[in-house]
Amino acid sequence: MSTARRIGDVILKVDHISLSFGGVKALTDISFDVREHEIRAIIGPNGAGKSSMLNVINGVYTPQQGSITFRGRERRDMDTYEAAAHGIARTFQNIALFSGMSVLDNIMTGRNLKIKSNFLEQAIWFGRARREEIENRRVVEEIIDFLQLQHVRKTPVARLPYGIKKRVELARALAAEPSMLLLDEPMAGMNVEEKQDMCRFVLDTNDQFGTTIVLIEHDMGVVMDISDRVVVLDYGKKIGDGTPEQVRSDPEVIKAYLGAH
Amino acid sequence: MIYREAGQFKTSYVTDAQIFPIAQDRIGIALMLLVAFVVIPRTATPYFFSAIMTPFLIYALATIGLNILTGYAGQLSLGTAAFMAVGAFASYNFMARIDGMPVLLAFILGGICAALVGIVFGLPSLRIRGFYLAASTLATQFFVVWCLTKVPWFTNNSASGVITAQQIEILGYRFDTPQSKYLLVLVIVTVMALMAKNLVRSTTGRAWMAIRDMDVAAEVIGFRIVHTKLTAFAISSFYCGVAGALYAYCYLGTVEPEAYNLDVSFRILFMVLIGGVGSILGSFLGAGFIVLIPIALSYLVHFTGLSNSVTSNLELMVFGALIIFFLIVEPHGLARLWQIGKEKLRLWPFPH
Amino acid sequence: MQFFFEVLITGLLSGVMYALVALGFVLIYKASGVFNFAQGAMVFFAALTTVALQEKFGISLWIAIPITMVVMIAFGFLTERIVLRPLVNQNEIVLFMATIGLTFFLEGFAQLVWGSGVRALDLGIPDEPIAAILDSAGMVVSKFDVTAAVICGVLVAALAVLFNKTKIGRALRAVADDHQAALTVGIPLQHVWGIVWAVAGFVALVAGLLWGSRSGVQFALTFVALKALPVLILGGFTSVPGAIVGGLIIGATEKLAEVYLGPYVGGGIEGWFPYVLALLFLVVRPEGLFGEKIIRRI
Ligand SMILES: Nc1ncnc2c1ncn2[C@@H]1O[C@H](COP(=O)(O)OP(=O)(O)OP(=O)(O)O)[C@@H](O)[C@H]1O
Ligand SMILES: [Mg+2]
Repeated sequence: MSTARRIGDVILKVDHISLSFGGVKALTDISFDVREHEIRAIIGPNGAGKSSMLNVINGVYTPQQGSITFRGRERRDMDTYEAAAHGIARTFQNIALFSGMSVLDNIMTGRNLKIKSNFLEQAIWFGRARREEIENRRVVEEIIDFLQLQHVRKTPVARLPYGIKKRVELARALAAEPSMLLLDEPMAGMNVEEKQDMCRFVLDTNDQFGTTIVLIEHDMGVVMDISDRVVVLDYGKKIGDGTPEQVRSDPEVIKAYLGAH
Repeated sequence: MIYREAGQFKTSYVTDAQIFPIAQDRIGIALMLLVAFVVIPRTATPYFFSAIMTPFLIYALATIGLNILTGYAGQLSLGTAAFMAVGAFASYNFMARIDGMPVLLAFILGGICAALVGIVFGLPSLRIRGFYLAASTLATQFFVVWCLTKVPWFTNNSASGVITAQQIEILGYRFDTPQSKYLLVLVIVTVMALMAKNLVRSTTGRAWMAIRDMDVAAEVIGFRIVHTKLTAFAISSFYCGVAGALYAYCYLGTVEPEAYNLDVSFRILFMVLIGGVGSILGSFLGAGFIVLIPIALSYLVHFTGLSNSVTSNLELMVFGALIIFFLIVEPHGLARLWQIGKEKLRLWPFPH
Repeated sequence: MQFFFEVLITGLLSGVMYALVALGFVLIYKASGVFNFAQGAMVFFAALTTVALQEKFGISLWIAIPITMVVMIAFGFLTERIVLRPLVNQNEIVLFMATIGLTFFLEGFAQLVWGSGVRALDLGIPDEPIAAILDSAGMVVSKFDVTAAVICGVLVAALAVLFNKTKIGRALRAVADDHQAALTVGIPLQHVWGIVWAVAGFVALVAGLLWGSRSGVQFALTFVALKALPVLILGGFTSVPGAIVGGLIIGATEKLAEVYLGPYVGGGIEGWFPYVLALLFLVVRPEGLFGEKIIRRI
């Protein structure tokens, strides 16, 4: 399946990450890497620390220990803004759209780092400000077409059904033209058809734009189908890492995770 | 069949990116501007200018200011009047202390002073939110008014603490009639309202709404929270500052710091709530509504022969009840009712 | 030094009264998540109703107080029914705005019905120095202030018992912790809210009587009540001990600041000092004195 893509070098490496909230140890000494253009899955039972891991990668949480190396630069703690500026985009487990804005505006927010005009130029809507608005709108319309959101373009997101919201969130992330995309359970709570759509979008994104994808997903069928390599977490510890086949036959993983299902 | 979007196909994003993309809206706005700039100046009485139209426009401007901060950026403030006071007293000092200071420049500088104060008092918003922030904006309100009262320098050592706004003169023309002051206010408010409209539909506005709706997500997308919040405070305060200066120069004439008390802050908050949170048009509707209520009540009281002290208390009750009513029945305020009205009109005469 | 202590004690004693007003906020916030801006207006309304009843109907204070009590309880239940119930499940800010509306309504209503002049309220506690302290330590400590502080202390203790030991209190706390859970185990939420508002009304009455007899019953009482906001910021919105400690801190520092700082800047700093103090405090410790730091989830 991944024949067309060429998986490149390691672009993200997390080393010995530990994170706790008060007494709760969310992550303990986690290390793994992500290669360019690959689809990397993170799996594990509820509360294993998967979302926390993504939050560490793009700087929402600050780990107590360990380091993160992104594109050759090692950091103790990622800065959220810097992560975005370096092309890491993200969707959330519990949809984090801007509920008071339309679909179009939500997706436009994804373009914010491309906009250079200042607020004075925007206030008079002249020259660069106007050009940028129109130019970015064009890109956003392409994404809307790509994710088939034309019919809800102007709808306030609060009124959308769950499945569409998830798709809008992906659109917002894609609008940033990210080099790495972190997806937190993009298919959770969807029916089979919606899941298939979402799967296709994820694969197409990876395929067409070469976007590296880190994906959390509970549906094992999906994970085994689309990912190149899988990390398995359990109680904040890493208990497995490898290709889907390797992980599937790893006795510890079977015991801790697959066996439970 | 009057109000139709159908048939207006957007041939490009350029047309869709116009400030009023729908032709009927453009016509509506043009009509309103025509009435405001031509019909009213020719027909209205001095009372109508100075008691209704001018305060309405000035309040609308302050309401836009608060709406930027509270409605768009989601930072609740109870200190609006303080920023107006800064604008007024700063403009006054620029006029009084610098010879040949053009009055429009003084208004702008007054607004900039208000913006700077806004940034300082906006700093806590970087760490606190919600009620904590609302309560801390009371600090702005009380501290600023106290400062202006206690430091004689601000009032140019006026013994009574009252300042008298200087004569407004632009390019040799004196603005000294109610009608001319109205026109001056109208021009300023129109320009600033259009600029606000542009701001809220561009990245600046989207950044404000993003931090309002979900600040963590906004940060992950690459909005800088500090920058976004402080620009909201600065621009909002600038609008309030200019409104405050106009309040002194074109409405009251002589003012003391107490004219910008907590009551005014609340009144403007009510205009935001009733007009429509996060709506520029709503700012006008809310301001109009709240300016008209006391006038309507005083007529009512006049005709029913009740005593005058009744009016002010009745006013408090009506304001309070209206706020509760709108929060329960139509939290998006008059702006949403207007929207619904337009949609009805669009479908008319076919109700379905 | 003696003067310092005199100021400090006066400040602490008035701080107890701030704490009492703040307590009204905390009660409602804990049980219903509503930040009740109208608490100040309720203080004013209660005090005004008491004096006006005496004045209009020539009844004694001890009859006027229970009648006012009934009025306040009715007000509490009406508020729950008319304002809060339709707004249930709205976000906190909307509820807060609604209580601002309530504030205006109540202030207008109170003055419309009872008139807006300044009234004296005499509880029969003299505002004179306690002789024993004046003789032994040479300090002026007002009898009234001490009595007021004792009353507040008793009330706080009573509320603590109500909250921790009675069945209603347990229901209140259950509701405060988790509305949904409270509903599923069958605690009648609306009932509980009505009760909380009634209790807050009672607290407002006591605060109104004490403040009113000290400084006259007038509109300015609502500003005194606003001072409860910085108290809450210091103490945290949900903590009863926080309200008390916060009240004491605000009361003491504002008096000390007025006396020692005031002369240099022209006086009148009592009006804003508590707010600025609270604001600076917030910047250092956003979660308040007793609150817990939370890392927001996403
Ligand atoms: N902001 C936070 N504050 C306190 N504890 C947290 C926070 N975020 C996560 N945790 C805790 O860290 C642990 C790991 O949570 P995390 O959300 O990362 O798990 P997960 O693997 O994503 O689970 P799920 O499959 O349910 O999404 C849990 O025990 C959780 O309660
Ligand atoms: Mg998760």
